[in-house]
Amino acid sequence: MIRDITIGQYYPGDTPVHRVDPRLKIVITLVFIVMLFVTRDFLGYAVAVAALGGVTAASRVPPAFILRGLKAIFLILLFTFLLNMFMTTGTPLVKLGFLTVTREGLYGAVFMGLRLVLLIVGSSLLTLTTKPIKLTDGIESLLKPLRAFGVPAHELAMMMTIALRFIPTLLEETDKIMKAQMARGADFETGSILRRAKNLVPILVPLFISAFRIAQDLAMAMEARCYRGGEGRTKLHALKMGRVDAVAMAFTALFVALLILERVYAGAIRAALISLFLV
Amino acid sequence: MTIIRTENLVFEYRKDDESPPVRAIGGVNIEIEEGSFTAIIGRNGSGKSTFAKNINALLLPTGGAVYVDGFRTSDEGALWEVRRRAGMVFQNPDNQIVSAIIEDDVAFGPENLGIAPDEIRRRVTDALRAVDMYEARAKSPHMLSGGQKQRVAIAGVVAMRPRCIVFDEPTAMLDPRGRREVMDILLRLHRDGITVVLITHFMEEAVKADRVVIMDAGEIVLDGPPAEVFAHSDEIRALRLDVPLTVDLCDRLRRRGHDIPRDIVGVEEMVAYLCR
Repeated sequence: MIRDITIGQYYPGDTPVHRVDPRLKIVITLVFIVMLFVTRDFLGYAVAVAALGGVTAASRVPPAFILRGLKAIFLILLFTFLLNMFMTTGTPLVKLGFLTVTREGLYGAVFMGLRLVLLIVGSSLLTLTTKPIKLTDGIESLLKPLRAFGVPAHELAMMMTIALRFIPTLLEETDKIMKAQMARGADFETGSILRRAKNLVPILVPLFISAFRIAQDLAMAMEARCYRGGEGRTKLHALKMGRVDAVAMAFTALFVALLILERVYAGAIRAALISLFLV
Repeated sequence: MTIIRTENLVFEYRKDDESPPVRAIGGVNIEIEEGSFTAIIGRNGSGKSTFAKNINALLLPTGGAVYVDGFRTSDEGALWEVRRRAGMVFQNPDNQIVSAIIEDDVAFGPENLGIAPDEIRRRVTDALRAVDMYEARAKSPHMLSGGQKQRVAIAGVVAMRPRCIVFDEPTAMLDPRGRREVMDILLRLHRDGITVVLITHFMEEAVKADRVVIMDAGEIVLDGPPAEVFAHSDEIRALRLDVPLTVDLCDRLRRRGHDIPRDIVGVEEMVAYLCR
């Protein structure tokens, strides 16, 4: 059962979205997040939703798969929503005992909730369409300039690579230890949460010992294969920008331009929309 | 030409600071020819694995010296020259694979050597073909069997194009099928001209070598072609080691008065002799 856990949440595919250079994809995601904070009204969010919808469609990741990511943050979402709704001062709308819902509060709650949803969906689209290994390469390459300030870019990437490699191995190990202890009468399935947590301790000890043994063996094997840190190392997959990346950059530029224009001319646009509806 | 040479190699270690030093290897002199296949046999604690780690400078001698292709392992500047010439395959297939994707793992060694990406790609392809694992290049190691994982580990070493590969009990954790797969690859690499040093405790594997070295208590006890070494079957048994099945059979037949030539050690030779 323990082996069914999937690592990361990569959704395999070979769409243009999948093929975009991981470095560029990370940067675009960051730009998208920044732009979410630049925009001040729902019209801006409409642009963001349209952009996100377009990318999702192009990536062929089922929307249900993406929305599943929101389940994890549902409580935070709810908390943000309620806090904003009740704690903002302004024109009162409804009174619920000592709590008052204000016009500004309701607006703020919906606005903040939407921002959070867009934030999560946007960044999960990055991990859904990029292989963990590529993501690691991208992060290493982006952090490289920061090495001058003491950021251990290569070491971080190496750690992530090894972690990805050994998660299945350690899960297997855990499974083995659990079965060995169940065979001798250990019980992991009944009792209170506290009791069950306590029963896990005898698993953790051998697991740690085994992890250290693996680390020792691996370090020796890496040294035997001439590993000596990131200095002077080349890469099998040299990251290269291609046509897909140019298109992605163009789309991002368009998105940023739209949102900035929207922010600058927000008043004029609103007036135009209102007059349009009045006619 | 000699590729590995040790001069009175001594290796001592301490369990902790207070305890007296333990002598794992006590004065070993050996010369290994380029392109040869040497099997080193010994009981647990005989020093065979420590000897293997001294060949590619994972351990440095506390006395004497080890030379690989003319480079002395204890010279600091020679470390990487030694390691790129003498590759090593370890016992546990799981604990020597670095990346979650097979071809990335095979590329790890060449990447460390700073080789250009095109050349790495060529070497990865060649190395994976050499161990019959090219089809699995995009897979994850945890999807493979033990024997397949060990073949990937061998490919990772082969991709560095070493002159010599030290196998430290590569089949100890494998099932019979995996063991056969790994031995087939090992023999193939030997045929292709790579010097092979095989540390093992399986006699049937040692029989396939062209030189057998038996170690006990950190010293070489017997050394020579398999037929010559296994002719001392009583001595080998006295060291509490097994002898190959064929050798055992020959001994028993001789005791019953059959005259069997001394140079038979392999199963095939025995079958050929009996069916003549």
